[in-house]
Amino acid sequence: MAGKTISEKMFQRASNSDCSAGELVMAEIDRAMIHDITAPLAVQGFTEIMKGAGLPTRVWDPSKIVMIFDHQVPADSVTAAENQATLRNFAKKQGILNYDVCEGICHQVMPEKGHVIPGNLVVGADSHTCAYGALGAFSCGIGSTDMAAVLASGKLWFRVPETLRIEVTGKLPHRVSAKDVILRTIGNVGSDGATYMACEFAGPTVSGMEVPARMTMCNMAIEMGGKSGIVEPDRKTGEYLEESGQKIEIDSELKSDESAEFEEIVEIDVEDLPPQVARPHRVDDVVDVSVVAGTSIDQVFIGSCTNGRFTDISAAADIVDGEKIADGVRMLVIPASRTEYLKCLRQGYIEILVEAGALFEAPCCGPCMGGSFGLVGAGEVSLSTSNRNFQGRQGSPQASVYLCSPETAAASALYGEITDPRDV
Amino acid sequence: MIMAAGNSITGNMWKFGNDVNTDEIIAGKYLVLNTPEELAKHVFEGVMPQFPTQVKEGDVVIAGRNFGCGSSREHAPLALKGAGVKIVIAESFARIFYRNAINIGLSLVECPGCGEIEEGHGIRVDISGGIVEDLVTKKKYPATRQPKFIREIILAGGLVPYMQEKLRAEGISDNGKQE
Repeated sequence: MAGKTISEKMFQRASNSDCSAGELVMAEIDRAMIHDITAPLAVQGFTEIMKGAGLPTRVWDPSKIVMIFDHQVPADSVTAAENQATLRNFAKKQGILNYDVCEGICHQVMPEKGHVIPGNLVVGADSHTCAYGALGAFSCGIGSTDMAAVLASGKLWFRVPETLRIEVTGKLPHRVSAKDVILRTIGNVGSDGATYMACEFAGPTVSGMEVPARMTMCNMAIEMGGKSGIVEPDRKTGEYLEESGQKIEIDSELKSDESAEFEEIVEIDVEDLPPQVARPHRVDDVVDVSVVAGTSIDQVFIGSCTNGRFTDISAAADIVDGEKIADGVRMLVIPASRTEYLKCLRQGYIEILVEAGALFEAPCCGPCMGGSFGLVGAGEVSLSTSNRNFQGRQGSPQASVYLCSPETAAASALYGEITDPRDV
Repeated sequence: MIMAAGNSITGNMWKFGNDVNTDEIIAGKYLVLNTPEELAKHVFEGVMPQFPTQVKEGDVVIAGRNFGCGSSREHAPLALKGAGVKIVIAESFARIFYRNAINIGLSLVECPGCGEIEEGHGIRVDISGGIVEDLVTKKKYPATRQPKFIREIILAGGLVPYMQEKLRAEGISDNGKQE
């Protein structure tokens, strides 16, 4: 009999059934996350469900729900302010933990504050919820009405996914990082190559990565159509969890069996991988940095749930290292959380970057979604460490967004054009 | 002209290619809005400026692979529904968009091969029979049959009415057990 993948095992536990990939199950949710953009429709749907069912409007279990404001933060319009006020009231009435505008981006705050445990089933009303799979949980994005059903019942139906296993081998070259690996992977797999599948990142390169780098990888599983991103939990997972005050015994069975069946295995060798860039307007249009080197840029954004951690800003600060950014370039640096911000502050990175001419902002999503500040206008070029470069993503539909690593972003800011970070 | 079995709709067909993403459907700056009416004013605005002003009740969107890829924003199918789009026919759908559309009652027809149907061709959509027919080429495209569970949500009119019935029934059975 075939063994099980880590995802199948997690669904077996969550649905209390002996399920396999392809089957539909009703699963119990361990944690649900909602933020300022998706919560209004979720709360509306939840209220309609409960009233229509003749039940009191009380969520299934407030201790398993987390609310975070990060997309329009601090409130950048009266509408945003009023949406947040309504959500604040809802959270208070229901007894739901609400980090409000104070802690940072949802996908950084959730794992950082101990809301993600290996083996758990976590859902979030945001597509990049797949990021928490870096801690060995099954974590996926859902829409507001699915979330309304979760708020009402604590359960949701799922199709147990097949698994796309990505085996990464090779030692990462100097100034080449997890973002380059995931961009190359997306370039190879394609925008719908992983549709409906769990993307399991494995191999010695991944086991050698710290949790923040694993988060960068898992974060972008959705850009290949993946339902989730996952890295088997190990000693490094345990160490990360300890930092957030969780002493967890890692279950040695929480991994794909030797005889597990994978839908597909993709091999990525990073031994000689050059820095990668996704060209406008597709995330899977990924090329070596040399193909786009020399492209003039107007704005550089280092941040987002993909690359807004201390390790990312550290890599950028190391490259900036006392130099000034090029004339005509705006550089925005936004740590993904208050915790990461304080680490940067204590290490002196804010000074390095501000002296260089960068704008260093309080933790939030910022320019990533194009709904807040730091937008780009027609004809402008943005080089960004975020996760999407669709047409219009960061402002004008006539602007261009390139995606890259923090290293490439920092090097490029110094020269005013897309630059290979290995050359500086 | 679009015709549906048992129902004649004179709607326009709006043709799209592969990988139509949620940022194109409704831009991030509009996600502070939450009603179908407000969202409908901006649907496809950045990539097809004529769409929001010209789309009519009963229109059909037909597209290639991976329709709705990108964000989990439910505002995307909501904007389409608010604009009067009744059906989205595509070769394949992105996962979260698919669930969101079913949940809010926007009809989706997954039809491998339909991406080749040319702009301006009249089509006949037989939802119950699961066939999309190109009235010019006479080619028929069978739709992928949805799982029974999904069909139950669709029949209920979306996830909210489905959950209302489900929880009401659970409440009644719990009361029954108590008595």
